[in-house]
Amino acid sequence: MGRLLRWMFFALAVRPLVLIAVGLNVRHRERLPAEGPAILVANHNSHLDTLALMSLFPLSLLPKLRPVAAADYFLSSRPFAWFALTIIGILPIERQGKGGDRDPLAGCSAALDDGAILILYPEGSRGEPEVLSGFKKGIARLAERHPEVPITPVFLHGMGKVLPRGDWLPVPFFCDVFIGEQMAPAADRTAFMAALETSIQDLAAEGRFPAWE
Amino acid sequence: MLPFVSTVPANVAWALVALFAVLVAASMIVFVLVRARPAKDYRELVLRVRSWWVMIIIFTVAIVLSPVTSLVFFGFVSFLALKEFLSMVPTRRADRRVLLFAYLAIPLQYVWIGQEWYGMFIIFVPVYMFLLLPALMVIQGDTTGFLKAAGTLHWGLMTCVFAVGHAAYLLVLDGEDPADGAGLLLFLVFLTQANDVAQYVWGKMLGRNKAAPSVSPNKTVEGYLGGFLTTGALALAIAPFLTPMDWKHALVAGLIIGFAGFMGDVTISAIKRDIGVKDTGSLLPGHGGILDRIDSLTFTAPLFFHYVYFFYY
Repeated sequence: MGRLLRWMFFALAVRPLVLIAVGLNVRHRERLPAEGPAILVANHNSHLDTLALMSLFPLSLLPKLRPVAAADYFLSSRPFAWFALTIIGILPIERQGKGGDRDPLAGCSAALDDGAILILYPEGSRGEPEVLSGFKKGIARLAERHPEVPITPVFLHGMGKVLPRGDWLPVPFFCDVFIGEQMAPAADRTAFMAALETSIQDLAAEGRFPAWE
Repeated sequence: MLPFVSTVPANVAWALVALFAVLVAASMIVFVLVRARPAKDYRELVLRVRSWWVMIIIFTVAIVLSPVTSLVFFGFVSFLALKEFLSMVPTRRADRRVLLFAYLAIPLQYVWIGQEWYGMFIIFVPVYMFLLLPALMVIQGDTTGFLKAAGTLHWGLMTCVFAVGHAAYLLVLDGEDPADGAGLLLFLVFLTQANDVAQYVWGKMLGRNKAAPSVSPNKTVEGYLGGFLTTGALALAIAPFLTPMDWKHALVAGLIIGFAGFMGDVTISAIKRDIGVKDTGSLLPGHGGILDRIDSLTFTAPLFFHYVYFFYY
């Protein structure tokens, strides 16, 4: 039942919203992973980011798509938690320092072992609309643990204009989704993080974005 | 009230058949070109023709089904164009919700057209939206860049909604023969696009002197004049089948479309140059965005409409 509701929500609500009302300009679509396990890493400004990234894949891959999301925010109330877990299919994660001694990445590892496609936002929060903030290092640890899993960086632009943090009313703008080359293995975590940030900034430099102030 | 399903007049049906014949011929020419000169890069041309197929099929289906689907189609074109415009130009964060009201003008404008309410159709955007949007912006309270933002927004509505709406209003004009509307629309859209293609082809063949070097370096005087005269000649040939115009009026209509099409094209080019983008979007592979395709129409539609309206309605 949950699976059917999830499918219907994405097929009948999310896709028309994201692909017709909003509209995506996707560059380098061929670089997307065709199957799991895989990890997409993107900058984060809006709840729409997740819906847009999930709409890039065929509906047949929907059961594999797991956006990694903050447990403290998405599991804060029961109805919201049901929606986040069952319909969106989030993989809840404890943000830094809130999980005690437990391994915060255990859930991600298990999902990857099951062949999931994870969507990860290393900024850790949506932050200010259309501004890139510093990356957290969890993704580097995950990459270290799963060297065989391809990691694809993605640059998103415009979703923060359509649906910024703290607003509930979307306003249509065309949004950009620039997909990067798969990350090469790195010597250590610091090198990996540097390569990831460079990759996303290079993708951002491919576009020309109007002022929004 | 408009009928939801209607029959297509025979002249319009034959014109659509002829349009597809042109498209088949264009596809065959491109196919031969690609085969004959494999060294040259025809990728953009191939994409362009492919996008033409998609556009013409959707346009044909919308026109053939009924006047209601035609209006929905033009409303959707207005929506895509306005969205592309607002995504391309600088906007203010404070105006985010005001933009929603600008979008809401689209369904309303097409409802006026569907109701054949000419008075409202002609003043809604230039008067009511022109006053409403700045009023809403004032309520937001941010005065930095106010004039520029208000002007930009109104320019977008005037071109994407008001001007494009004129093409759709042709469908509901009540003349001696109610079937004339679709014929006039087809005449306008076909000649506008043919003018673009003719200017391009004449420019490629004979182009020497740049027509607007600071705006659009590819436009030449020879291309413009070639397109202008070709469109006039095409108008003479087509008008008797599709419109109530006599040959003198048809010739002038063709020349208006030739001149206005050129001006619409370079005006959108000037905006792109001002902002620093090459294309207005990426919706139509080979063409760019939807505004790149309908740039000429934003000028030809209102001018052609009021020309025909003055003489025949």
